[in-house]
Amino acid sequence: MIDPNFGVCGPVNNLTNSQTILFTKGNDQFFSIRTSETGLGPYFVSNSCGGCHSSDNRGHPFTILTRFGQSDSTGNKFLNQGGPQLGTFNLPGYTPEQIPAGATSTRLIAPLTAGVGFLEAVPDTEILNIAKRNQNNPDGVRGHPNYNTIPSFVTPFAGSVPRADGKYICRFGRKGAAYNLLQQTAAAYNHDMGITSTYMPINPYNYLDQTPPPASTPEINNDDFNSVVFYVTCLQTPNQRNAGDATVQKGNQLFIQIGCESCHKQTMTTGDSPIAALSNQTFSPFTDLLVHDMGPALDDGYTEGNAKTSEWRTSPLWGLGLARNVQGGNIYLMHDGRAHSIEEAIQLHGGEAAVSSARFSKLSATDRNAIIKFLNSL
Amino acid sequence: MNSKRLLPIIIFIFLSLSVRAQIDTSLLKTPQKPDTGKRKFSMDAIYDRPFLKVGKFPVAIGGYMEANYQYVGTSGITTGNQFQFRRFSLFTASSITNRIKFLSEIEYENDPTGDPDAIKKGGEFEIEYAALDIEFHPLLNLRGGMVVNPIGSFNENHDGPKWEFTDRPVAMSQMLPATWNNPGFGLYGKEYRGHWMFGYEFYVTGGFNDSIIDNSQGKTFLPAAKTSASRFIKSASGEPLYTAKISLGNDDIGELGLSYMGGVYNTWELEGAKIDNKRRVNVFDVDFNTTLPWSHTNIVTEWAYIALDIPPNYPQSYSNRQFGGFIDIVQPIIKGQILGWNKATLNLALRGEYVDWNVGNFQATGTRMYNDLWSIMPAVSFRPTPQTVLRLNYRIQKQRDITGSTIGATIGPTRGVSFGISTYF
Repeated sequence: MIDPNFGVCGPVNNLTNSQTILFTKGNDQFFSIRTSETGLGPYFVSNSCGGCHSSDNRGHPFTILTRFGQSDSTGNKFLNQGGPQLGTFNLPGYTPEQIPAGATSTRLIAPLTAGVGFLEAVPDTEILNIAKRNQNNPDGVRGHPNYNTIPSFVTPFAGSVPRADGKYICRFGRKGAAYNLLQQTAAAYNHDMGITSTYMPINPYNYLDQTPPPASTPEINNDDFNSVVFYVTCLQTPNQRNAGDATVQKGNQLFIQIGCESCHKQTMTTGDSPIAALSNQTFSPFTDLLVHDMGPALDDGYTEGNAKTSEWRTSPLWGLGLARNVQGGNIYLMHDGRAHSIEEAIQLHGGEAAVSSARFSKLSATDRNAIIKFLNSL
Repeated sequence: MNSKRLLPIIIFIFLSLSVRAQIDTSLLKTPQKPDTGKRKFSMDAIYDRPFLKVGKFPVAIGGYMEANYQYVGTSGITTGNQFQFRRFSLFTASSITNRIKFLSEIEYENDPTGDPDAIKKGGEFEIEYAALDIEFHPLLNLRGGMVVNPIGSFNENHDGPKWEFTDRPVAMSQMLPATWNNPGFGLYGKEYRGHWMFGYEFYVTGGFNDSIIDNSQGKTFLPAAKTSASRFIKSASGEPLYTAKISLGNDDIGELGLSYMGGVYNTWELEGAKIDNKRRVNVFDVDFNTTLPWSHTNIVTEWAYIALDIPPNYPQSYSNRQFGGFIDIVQPIIKGQILGWNKATLNLALRGEYVDWNVGNFQATGTRMYNDLWSIMPAVSFRPTPQTVLRLNYRIQKQRDITGSTIGATIGPTRGVSFGISTYF
């Protein structure tokens, strides 16, 4: 396996031999490239998981995706018109998909996949406790879990804390609207590659113009699909580099002092997991898994679950310093890659993050650089 | 002829050969070169091979094989010690008359085109070449059958024993397809004037298909067309692929080849109904080889540029432009009698190569697409005879994916050693 110091690849420590075999199979599937013969399309964003998550890292703007059709918590009104996702690309001969008139949309860059199994294993109670502790935050940081309806093929985890209306705390995706990695993977195959599975058997392209669209034979079998879910679940967390550097340590302190840590939590702890290697582990994702109001500049008018259109799930900052490795030496940050530097990304933080962002701007250049160096070490 | 009749004949031929070989091997060492030219171009490579001819038997046979050992690691991951049997090729040639000749080559190939799926499928037998040549005039020959398209010199001149490296040049085998063969017809000819030589080839053949932009490599990959089982019967586009090459040689300077290959590659019509525009692939190739007279240094180089019409609304990972090539420098350091072999050669060699599978910039960012590779490969080769080579190579390679990432099991820095043998027989 690749040394995690070089990137974000590789499995968590202490997998059993049989788990390593399954992880390796999932690795092959994750980077296996689909063609029209193996189910790709007709509408798609990429032809493999690895196409968007190069080296298990974050995406590049050339595989950016577009979601449309939902502007409040009442759900997506354009599901019968191709929603929630636009087919960025199409196979030759097919008419390109268009965003329907009246639908709001947002563009999303694929997030980093490394370490997501740890995020999945964080108990609902920990997320609720974080939200509770924010109630009196003097900077106005609040945040709340994104409660969403989970699909029938998803089985809630033991210890889940559903709301009275039957909705569950979700945490994956830029809006934090997907419940677990199985749902996220099924949706990625279906929406991003046009590949049907047992879990999502309807192709986003409605070949027969039937309402509802008919299900098709799964284009990925359950064994391969499950291996991908296992692979993603067991990806190692990115390693921090230069943690002992004095400037990095100073930057870490400043990061906390100006309030960034209110949302980008340095440590979380997993609960019990069926995968022993993930159970009861303390890790450093720099997220609280809550959605926060980020202000009007980041309000694209589109949302998922019960998040408002201006609310975004706190992005984990781990692996931030590795972004350039997969973005051609540049970096494209925030949900749609609009920020071309870490400084610009910080300055784009509004809403609940406006106070911290303003504090950053008032720091001396030396202190700002220390924070940047710290963030680049993640 | 049914197989029951064919089998005894084949057995008879091979038994005859083996019996004679045991009696007097010199009887079999009659090179059969049906080509009438005195000096050789790359275009002559298909016939410029050692053949075994038995007495007055009208058929000559030959072949070659390649096998090697390699230990290669990429991004720190290695698959360990690998023993590979890459190719076994058997060719037969016959002169039907002085000016009508036939040559065929059947090859077992286990050298994947770089496509992981090809590795999983394992080796395959295929008729690589089977064509009839009719000479009307030295400048006008007709060739028809299963032909090797004359795009670049490597595609025509690719036999393992001719090279000092265990691996084929990446650009010539994973950007261009090698061996790229198709059913079709062609005209060729050559002329000699003093120290100068001129040759031309013009072929009309079957061609590529949609797989070159819809394949498990995830990039524009011309070799993907080779996996189509139906391409020897049915052209995907219904349009011919044109291949043309002119060669100019001078005894003192070397040989320069300029070639072009182009045609519609996609299925644009289904049962008479148009489903897409006709989309072309165009390949331009330049090759050069020479031997420096004062040092006997042999230099072989070839570079190709590919341009395609890609459908709109299609991922940029399938590029509309590719570029790549290689240069081999081979320096004999000992020539003559070595370990009892009279015509032995010990060479030092160096190959440099570069491929860019995604020339151009991302539309989304205006920044460069990567997906490129460069490699340096020093080598030592020993030829106990000109037809047999033992070669030791060390590959130093760097590769990036389209985003520039160098971290992965198939990308990133590669180091590896290989030792191989290859021989005509």
